[in-house]
Amino acid sequence: MPLALIIEQALNGLQLGLMLFLLAAGLTLVFGIMDMINLAHGSLYMIGAYLAATVAEASGSFVAAIAAAVGGTAVIGMVLERTILRPLYRRSHLHQVLATFALILIANELVRIIWGAQPVALNMPAVLSGPVELAPGLRYPAYRLVVIGVGLAAALLLYVVVAHTRVGMWLRAGASDREMASAMGVNTAWLFTAAFGAGAALCAVAGALLGPLLAVQVGMGENILILAFVVIVIGGIGSVRGALVGALLVGILDTVGRTLLPAVFRALAPPAVASEAGPALASILIYVLMAAVLYFRPRGLFPARG
Amino acid sequence: MGSSSLHISLRPLPTLLLVAALVLLPVGLTAVDQPFYIVLASRVLIYALIASSLNVLIGYGGMVSLGHACFIGAGAYTAAVLVRAGLDSAWLTWPAAALAGGILAAMIGVVALRTRGVYFIMITLAFAQMAYYVVVSLRVLGGDDGLTLPHRAGYGFGLDPRADMTFYYAVLGIVLLLMAGLRQLLNAPLGRALQAIRDNDTRMEAIGFPVFRIQLAGFVVAGAAAGLGGSLLADLNQQVSPSLLHWTQSGTLMVMVILGGVGRFLGGVLGAAVLLLVQELLSDVTTHTALGIGLVLLAVVLFAPAGIAGLWRQVAR
Amino acid sequence: MTVPPSLQVGGLRKRFGGVTAIDDASLTVASGELHALIGPNGAGKTTFIQLVSGAERADAGRIDLDGVAIGGLPMHRRVALGLARSFQVSSVFPAFTVLENVALAIQARGRARCAVWRPVVTQAAWFDEAGRVLDDVGLGARSDIIAGALSHGERRRLEIALTVATGARLLLLDEPLAGLGPDESARVVDLLRTFKGRTSILLVEHDMDAVFRLADRISVLVYGRVIATGAPADIRAHPDVRRAYLGESAA
Repeated sequence: MPLALIIEQALNGLQLGLMLFLLAAGLTLVFGIMDMINLAHGSLYMIGAYLAATVAEASGSFVAAIAAAVGGTAVIGMVLERTILRPLYRRSHLHQVLATFALILIANELVRIIWGAQPVALNMPAVLSGPVELAPGLRYPAYRLVVIGVGLAAALLLYVVVAHTRVGMWLRAGASDREMASAMGVNTAWLFTAAFGAGAALCAVAGALLGPLLAVQVGMGENILILAFVVIVIGGIGSVRGALVGALLVGILDTVGRTLLPAVFRALAPPAVASEAGPALASILIYVLMAAVLYFRPRGLFPARG
Repeated sequence: MGSSSLHISLRPLPTLLLVAALVLLPVGLTAVDQPFYIVLASRVLIYALIASSLNVLIGYGGMVSLGHACFIGAGAYTAAVLVRAGLDSAWLTWPAAALAGGILAAMIGVVALRTRGVYFIMITLAFAQMAYYVVVSLRVLGGDDGLTLPHRAGYGFGLDPRADMTFYYAVLGIVLLLMAGLRQLLNAPLGRALQAIRDNDTRMEAIGFPVFRIQLAGFVVAGAAAGLGGSLLADLNQQVSPSLLHWTQSGTLMVMVILGGVGRFLGGVLGAAVLLLVQELLSDVTTHTALGIGLVLLAVVLFAPAGIAGLWRQVAR
Repeated sequence: MTVPPSLQVGGLRKRFGGVTAIDDASLTVASGELHALIGPNGAGKTTFIQLVSGAERADAGRIDLDGVAIGGLPMHRRVALGLARSFQVSSVFPAFTVLENVALAIQARGRARCAVWRPVVTQAAWFDEAGRVLDDVGLGARSDIIAGALSHGERRRLEIALTVATGARLLLLDEPLAGLGPDESARVVDLLRTFKGRTSILLVEHDMDAVFRLADRISVLVYGRVIATGAPADIRAHPDVRRAYLGESAA
């Protein structure tokens, strides 16, 4: 197993992990503060990708595309929060699941009606389409490096906001004890809308950035949503730090595992077993991790609530 | 003590009429030259059973599981593998499928039931996805394409399962039996304990009930019933595919339960019937049935969360 | 042959994160005794009940019920062995009737508690016994009312009924008089007096009047530690106790 390949896979894992973090951060705050399950979070990611694709196609500018995606998705998210989601906060989790599941069905069909059932193309900026030489013999796609960079910047920004600003303090207070925070004068209504809008914006960034790498198509949100759930469950609901740790764990384990496990099996087991067992096991690795974490810590690694 | 509202009582006359109607349905459909609908009726019955098993979990047990589809898949694939291997007696595939669903439920429940609230919901979803990926990636299970059944499981006694009407009656028999069993279970001490745990699990533990064990039992029963339903689906379609385990299947089941009425005994039955029939009608009109269902679901959750059974109760009052 | 104490707690310790809630607490409840546990707010009284009942695992220390170590047992096992607690905030089953509530506690006692066949409504013995417990607490006339519709005072009594119906010989009562007016308080005090002798009770209470009227002995919990134990008169006069507790609310 050449070192270059391992490093490349590790970087891919880092990239996936950071994008997962963008999704998971918004999701975990919504869970933590509003105690609400939002299955439609993946739909915001999908809408972000579609908006980016459309604007990129029309304007030719990737930057404009991302800006439009972020703005548009944030607005859609905040409108959704104020209208449909707000009445759900005081409802049971079952109702929240069902209502947001309905939103997924509606969003998927609307996207299918507007953009059609075929995947839509979102191309990375030409200038980034080549590889970069990180070290002699180690080349890595420039675009993926940019994605990692943006992901790290977003993580840093989130850390600064959550840990060092008043808004962040309100968020952490709300996540840890919503009633207390409200009693202490935090304007929860405004906070909820803003938090939701920010989460939607992060989804859009992830959607736009991953668009060129994965397919922009109907239903793309659900696959990554479940990964985001696994991240949050591992990291602990309501904790942004947990979301980061969980996302990196999941991203790297999943990516490296898919390369390493089949190779290990090929080396150790007869080919008939290896060709099946390796990939099968690799695809469920993160779920095994989740089960293991939950067995010892049923509330995740860094639960926000006491 | 007979007039408790917790006790599920079935009024004899309406029940008899309903069962009679179900028994006579295929005869009636054949008479008006619409035999195709016998297959649809079989499908409705099977989903009525599966949705009822989910209703036991969610409505009576308070365990909101987003991964119920994986138990269907476990039963369906077990039946498929057995039939393909020549072990094609239904008297074998039915219990084997139920066992498969039950065992999978036990494995998942042991981990998932240690958690509460949103964690539980997400874990059941994640485990179901895990099952989905396992099935997709194993070529021995047909991978993406799944498996086909050369024929339906047989019943012996000279009965031919290929005949849609015979299959319908087999399904009807199983569903009636299981619904009777579920009712018995819910009225029994275990069922009462499950509902009480749903309402106040802390107090139940404090008066001496082993809460984890009881919930696990409920989880396993629901999983086994869903597994049995899966084997019937395998027979119905004569094929099984990973899509049976996809979480959107779990979502659809939940839609059925809330449509019919969560925690009402016939909620799963009502919801399955309404959803499948509506889908059947809509699909003649448009391919975007999911949009309609999404809008209806949203409306139900926001404005009529007690479902059809709840509305009926309001009207009847 | 001496009867072992109903409850013997030795060296109990519990930390939550950085806070030591229970710090080497020890006390004994003799068989048939009504033993009150008092202390300032935040002293750890509810935590003490959590640990003894099994809702929380202690970090260290020994808990013996009738001479048998129960420290490692889950809560439902402790109930089966004869220990039951009540809650400071009434914890009942609001959708069930009052009778059905108590019948649950009766159901928990028997081997048929998780039976899968005979309907609950046919178990006349459970409901008869539940009716008797309800008569004892004065809720007999309210048997068929949905528990959610009860008044606060009635709910407190249902809370006690649930605890008693478990058949436990040691009751851990967490502020049973919380939020009750003078008439209802008096009623509950009389009720508790009828339990003396037949069951052992560890009573956590803030109502000093009731405490001094009911208790055979009193223990005082301050900062997670029992600083004094003795007859009511002795506790009243104890300098440490006066300083830490009674001194605040001129006893």
